[in-house]
Amino acid sequence: MADKIKGKVWKYGDGVNTDVLYPGKYTYKNLTPEEIASHALEDLDPDFSKKAQKGDIIVAGKNFGMGSSREQAVTALKYKGVAAIIAKSFSRIYFRNAINQGIPAIQSEQASDAIENGEIIEIDFKNGKIITEKREFSFPSFPEKMVEILEAGGLVEYTKKKLGKN
Amino acid sequence: MGETFVQKVFSRKVGKKVIPSEIVVVEPDFVLSHDNAAPISKIFGKFGVEKIKYPERLVIILDHTVPAPTEVEAGNHKLIREFVKEQNIPNFYDVNTGICHQVLSEKGYALPGKIILGSDSHTTTYGAFGAFSAGIGRTEVASIWATGELWMRVPETIRIILKGDLPKGVYAKDVILHIIGEIGADGATYKAVEFTGELADKFSIASRMVFSNMAAEMGAKAGYFHPDDKTIEFIKDIAKADYEILKSDPDAEYEKTLEFDVSNLIPQIAKPHTVDNVSPVNEVEGTKIHQGLIGTCTNGRVEDLEEAAKILKGKKIKEGVRCLVFAASMQEYIKALKKGLIEVFAKAGCIVMNPGCGPCLGAHEGVLAPGETAISTANRNFKGRMGSREAFVYLGSPATVAASVIEGEITDPRKYL
Repeated sequence: MADKIKGKVWKYGDGVNTDVLYPGKYTYKNLTPEEIASHALEDLDPDFSKKAQKGDIIVAGKNFGMGSSREQAVTALKYKGVAAIIAKSFSRIYFRNAINQGIPAIQSEQASDAIENGEIIEIDFKNGKIITEKREFSFPSFPEKMVEILEAGGLVEYTKKKLGKN
Repeated sequence: MGETFVQKVFSRKVGKKVIPSEIVVVEPDFVLSHDNAAPISKIFGKFGVEKIKYPERLVIILDHTVPAPTEVEAGNHKLIREFVKEQNIPNFYDVNTGICHQVLSEKGYALPGKIILGSDSHTTTYGAFGAFSAGIGRTEVASIWATGELWMRVPETIRIILKGDLPKGVYAKDVILHIIGEIGADGATYKAVEFTGELADKFSIASRMVFSNMAAEMGAKAGYFHPDDKTIEFIKDIAKADYEILKSDPDAEYEKTLEFDVSNLIPQIAKPHTVDNVSPVNEVEGTKIHQGLIGTCTNGRVEDLEEAAKILKGKKIKEGVRCLVFAASMQEYIKALKKGLIEVFAKAGCIVMNPGCGPCLGAHEGVLAPGETAISTANRNFKGRMGSREAFVYLGSPATVAASVIEGEITDPRKYL
């Protein structure tokens, strides 16, 4: 995890669920990362997978990622290059999956309200700040365990390290 | 200050007193995976370890795409069978057994006081037996296969007191839909939910499973009942391990307590496209449907099939409407067969399918075309859930679905009772 990132915002509303993030009909197809990325958010915003760039940031409302435990709902965004997700709140499993895939999931109600679609924003993880052109928002630092996982680049790398396989 | 059930479960696991919000590392007693054991085994392969740490703690049940609809799923199933053999995983259930949450329960893994984690969001179901059970991601399951452990946050608990007597035509499903409608799809995010009260005690195990299963739909990490005589009766001959009955202390600290009196409740419906978009049935009566689905891990037990069969007995479903019936497991299917329910469904014009997840997640066996509407006893109605993203899914009780397929439109089941 970099200390700071900067990216363009894709803004969505409340309750972005796992079926629109990654439709169930693809979950048991053995797709490549590129193919998985091509279905990201297709039932909510078909433009996203065509136009999103590496380093972009998703900003959304309440209960982001509600629904299934399917990890492709996270990996589809990861493979698309999404660098972070900011939401008013996250569904529990989605939050875990995001951290475990090395994507910082940041909870900030104020930032979510203020940030607009297409804006360029900066996230300073070290100091817990979201910086827009007009304002700054703070967010609490992640618990130690999550930082370790994010710093390892996700749970796979973290587990490997723990097992002494790196 | 007393402790909640959750605190007790976690304290015993880690060998010290824990408090809500604490992050602890635990070794789950059982770890569920289903058809996603195939991708999980590929993630496991990345760790560079040869053997699963505790193969006897794994439970793998094939249910999501059974029998395999295409070569892709067939390949996944084959890979899983080979992996199971190679790793000597004793608790494997193939495509002819049923839906994972029903099978894990009826095979005696869902036991009081256990921690059960699974790569399926409805892993919450085993709370019906007084277990702490929660859904996790695939990578997390793979990591447990390798290390035996996982980090968890000890959740706060919301207590839901259930009161009153169920009116005619109103079932566990209606009550939980009503609760989700009231508190919202994120009303219990990250929390454990304790279902308690006189009515909770009266509910059968099958009905309690409806609540615990759907606790996931209010964002809960776990949703549990305190074990009682009914629980013991269910598990006494099938338990796969020793267990300890743990209950919240009377002076335990809850984040909040909510009360629901069901005495005046009428059948409830979740409307497209979220589970918390709930209305009493009279507000959606008359909505035309193309398909009914009776079954799934939420409402596919013999208790549910009986309620639907009571209404469908001697009747025909509306011409042009399809009705699919999926028992939750082969064991439940056989019970239904012996009671003559399967014949009732077949004669009414329903298609009785093999036990499994079926079209609930849109993978196969009766998905919806654009513009079609279904009413289902399942737990989720998101856009695209049952096939086309231009289809509409309503959720209700087995009785409501049965009445609706007779009339070809959403119907209050009470007129048939």
